[in-house]
Amino acid sequence: MAEEVILGYLAKNEEIADSGEFAAKQGLNHDDIVNVIKSLHGFRYVDAQDIKRETWVLTDEGNMYAAAGSPEGQLFFAIPAEGGIPREELQKKLDPLVFKIGCAQAAKNKWVDMGKLVSRKVEHVEDRVKDLLLQIKDGQVIDQDDIKALKGRKLIATQTWNGYSVKKGPNYAPQRKKFAADLTREMLQSGEWKNSEFKEYNFNAKGAAIEGGHLHPLNKVRHQLRMIFLQMGFEEMPTDRFVESSFWNFDTLFQPQQHPARDAHDTFYLKAPSTTKELPEDYVERVKRVHESGGYGSRGYDYDWSREEANKNLLRTHTTAVSSKMLYLLAQKPFTPKRYFSIDRVFRNEAVDRTHLAEFHQIEGLICDRGLTLGDLMGVLHDFFSRLGMSKLRFKPAYNPYTEPSMEIFSYHEGFGKWVEVGNSGMFRPEMLLPMGLPEDVRVIAWGLSLERPTMILYGINNIRDLFGHKVDLGLIKINPICGLGV
Amino acid sequence: MPTVSVGRDRLFASLGKTYTQEEFEDLCFRFGIELDDVTTEKAIIRKEKHLEEEEADEDEEVIYKIEVPANRYDLLCLEGIAQALRIFDGKQEIPTYKVANISRESMIKMHVKPETSSIRPYVVCAVLRGITFDEGSYNSFIDLQDKLHQNICRRRTLVAIGTHDLDTLHHPFTYEALPPSNINFVPLKQVKNFRADELMEFYKSDLKLKKFLHIIENSPVYPVIYDRNRTVLSLPPIINGAHSAITLKTKNVFIECTATDLTKAKIVLNTVVTTFSEYCKKKFEIEPVEVIYSDGKSNIYPELSVYNMEVSLSYITGAIGVPLEAEKVTSLLNRMQLHAQKPVSGDNTTINVSVPPTRSDVLHPCDVMEDVAIAYGYNNVKDIAIAKGYNISKGRAVSLKPLRLEEFSHLIRLEMAMCGFTEVLSFILCSLSDNFAMLNHEDDGSTAVIIENPRSSENETARTSLMSGILKTVGQNKAHPKPIKIFEVGDIVLLDETKDVGATNRRQLAALYCGATAGYEIIHGLVERIMQVIGLVPPDDSTTYYLKPSDEPEFLRGTQASIIYKGKQIGTSGIVHPEVLSKFDIPDPCSYFELNVQCFL
Repeated sequence: MAEEVILGYLAKNEEIADSGEFAAKQGLNHDDIVNVIKSLHGFRYVDAQDIKRETWVLTDEGNMYAAAGSPEGQLFFAIPAEGGIPREELQKKLDPLVFKIGCAQAAKNKWVDMGKLVSRKVEHVEDRVKDLLLQIKDGQVIDQDDIKALKGRKLIATQTWNGYSVKKGPNYAPQRKKFAADLTREMLQSGEWKNSEFKEYNFNAKGAAIEGGHLHPLNKVRHQLRMIFLQMGFEEMPTDRFVESSFWNFDTLFQPQQHPARDAHDTFYLKAPSTTKELPEDYVERVKRVHESGGYGSRGYDYDWSREEANKNLLRTHTTAVSSKMLYLLAQKPFTPKRYFSIDRVFRNEAVDRTHLAEFHQIEGLICDRGLTLGDLMGVLHDFFSRLGMSKLRFKPAYNPYTEPSMEIFSYHEGFGKWVEVGNSGMFRPEMLLPMGLPEDVRVIAWGLSLERPTMILYGINNIRDLFGHKVDLGLIKINPICGLGV
Repeated sequence: MPTVSVGRDRLFASLGKTYTQEEFEDLCFRFGIELDDVTTEKAIIRKEKHLEEEEADEDEEVIYKIEVPANRYDLLCLEGIAQALRIFDGKQEIPTYKVANISRESMIKMHVKPETSSIRPYVVCAVLRGITFDEGSYNSFIDLQDKLHQNICRRRTLVAIGTHDLDTLHHPFTYEALPPSNINFVPLKQVKNFRADELMEFYKSDLKLKKFLHIIENSPVYPVIYDRNRTVLSLPPIINGAHSAITLKTKNVFIECTATDLTKAKIVLNTVVTTFSEYCKKKFEIEPVEVIYSDGKSNIYPELSVYNMEVSLSYITGAIGVPLEAEKVTSLLNRMQLHAQKPVSGDNTTINVSVPPTRSDVLHPCDVMEDVAIAYGYNNVKDIAIAKGYNISKGRAVSLKPLRLEEFSHLIRLEMAMCGFTEVLSFILCSLSDNFAMLNHEDDGSTAVIIENPRSSENETARTSLMSGILKTVGQNKAHPKPIKIFEVGDIVLLDETKDVGATNRRQLAALYCGATAGYEIIHGLVERIMQVIGLVPPDDSTTYYLKPSDEPEFLRGTQASIIYKGKQIGTSGIVHPEVLSKFDIPDPCSYFELNVQCFL
């Protein structure tokens, strides 16, 4: 309605000088006119210029007096024309505020005598304040001095009025064209699409949210790492075995029974089932011997090895418990070289903090072959870590009960500007390999790291609980990018 | 890894060189120790008392906290670290430790009573004669004992060290085991006489010592060492007597180590005496003590003999992967405190290595090989290896077999995500309540493993279903827009008599829908979809799989069903019971299914 009026008016007239006057003249609501002008301006049918006007409107108090008369008027008319009225009585007749203001103003106007008995001083008065207020309410213009006086009494206040002056715009047409919001099946069938103009798409607005399923970021990284190992010719070890005996978790790795890692402070032992029922007895005997008195060129640890300690069940503290068993099984057949890997859960009875949990994923890789060297280990680490985007490596001598030499792996992190430890590595000790029955010239090079740490660095996560466990925000799982490792 | 605190300036004085922090860090890195932290005495105290960081005093002594390998007991104090680094840098020869040549008759004697065998059977002793302490070395002497107690001595359970001012005592000594009420003495840092049983009571409130009381507390007899005049030297492994306490002025130190593990006792004694013999009048010389058992057997300690090892040169170079001449190898080993020489015969294939008593970590030629690699420089080996390219064919199989369970799990995860579900990853460890009571179940002891030593109730067991982890995830994500559609593929742990360890893992798949309605039909459809992608026909064929109404407490009665495959139950499904939802603080209705995916393989 308003749109047709405006476009129609402009067809015959040069401009609408003032939207306010226009609305009044056409008998339309000014707010509707403004909305239409804004929309037409947006599509350049019209050019609109802002007009701002200050107008006066009545305050609540002003409105009251416009209806009931000014306080001084009310006061005046409350006084009988003849004689007068005692002050207390007059006060009772009026609102306290009206009485108070009325007294002051009427006295100022010299309308009344304010004694004990209040009486009229003049016969007749005109309530000019009321008249002025009514005029302002009507939108009439009044004298500047009167404005000042009313403003001083806080009976009127300014209000900014916004309107437009409107001319034809570059896209002016007497009637707005209909734009199609989208291409529809009906338009295709009717052929209407040929005559339709399509609404311009707002490429700055957000697209629709896409519903779908999502994989967990830790598992995305895990999958890429599995791919990298497979590409490097490594075979995955079956690690679906969280409950392990101390024997496979520690003793077979030549980890002495008094080693601190075997302490209850570090390892979850099981109350039920508390012990393992069977171990390969002849191998147990060889392991016991190498701990107690050495052999295979070793001095051993020289202590009394306890079978009870070896039988104790625990939640595996590392996947090396599985590697150990795989190597033992390998040794039971004629030797073939192997490359193995695994990525699975391990458990530590440690205090938890921002970067440590009681369970995490361990990545482990190992190569078993004749004549392997420390240089081969460094070479394969260089290959592996380069695929993770870490090609600047250096190695620090370290200690680990089942590897010798042992090396901590450091990678230079460009973002942090420093060397960070990214894993551990080494060659398995002969005291571990020879009791299994592997040939003497067979060496095993191996390395391990956690899955969580590289993932946290990759996705910029500072608290491990934001990555793993039930406190993870589902919203974050849904916005994680693909894992580009090894791509 | 143990951490040793040493004064920087004292360390540099001992090294005969001042390093920048970066230079020192680099030296540590090459040698295999780590500068863990740089601090000051006052900063440590401030930290302990949780005080605000104050303006650091210019002249506060800088302390280096150095992390050393757990098997290098010889590096547990400043003297040991400094000596190792001096030798590593070629600034010092490897010391030769000597037992003083004195006759058996004039040797100090320790008589061991048979009763000690029931509580702490071993004792080894030695004497440091003519020692000169200054404040730094005295503190280091005390710290070393502390570090040894914490590490190799396993908090004094295996070995406990006592050091005494020999000049206050009268030998021979006796090592006895007596009822606590028969032992009376003034312990270190006290002025009053205590009876041993009262002393144990007294120490229950001592923060440092109360940790050691359990070692002897429940024994009818306590180990105790006396001198000829019945002066108590120590009540091992708890406390020494005040009478023989060492001071800065002590000239002759008597050291006794009581133990339950003789090998470790000898290592501990050797570590203490070799390290501090450098402050003796006759440098690197230690006076022996004869330990005599009641059956007449006797041993003389310390045993400082070197351990000789023949290591083939080809083993060393073959394992490292860098060709090295015999001369080079011996000179590298000398820098690691291992005496090494080529045999005189001119045989160039074997290196004779003498392992000094300070290097108890050297057990096998592989330890020698590692020392060659460290002295040569790991990163030099790396440069050669990378230039050469590692042998990529080594260990490589001709054709690899995938691990079916992992591949299959991966495919199922992809299918679940394709169905519009989001993967979660919850913990294996949980409380028994999470696993049972929260799911309206009782633990009948037939399914779940029990952890003996959990630090918190969150680690009491390993989950026997994925349900509590998934419900906890929903409870933590209440603000997430509905519907919530999540799944998990993961292992549970079940008791299993047929397995060697008595328990087994099982791979499960679970999914949950949470919305304005429980939406069981969505979960039902998801089960059908999974069966479809596995290749099973729809449930009109009851020979493959079907849903059978069930009565499980975690689900609402009437809207729940078991999943039956080949006649066996492989899973559960249903609308989650409102009581269960409320226990997990979930305000919205949920449906859930879980099944064993391993059974499809």
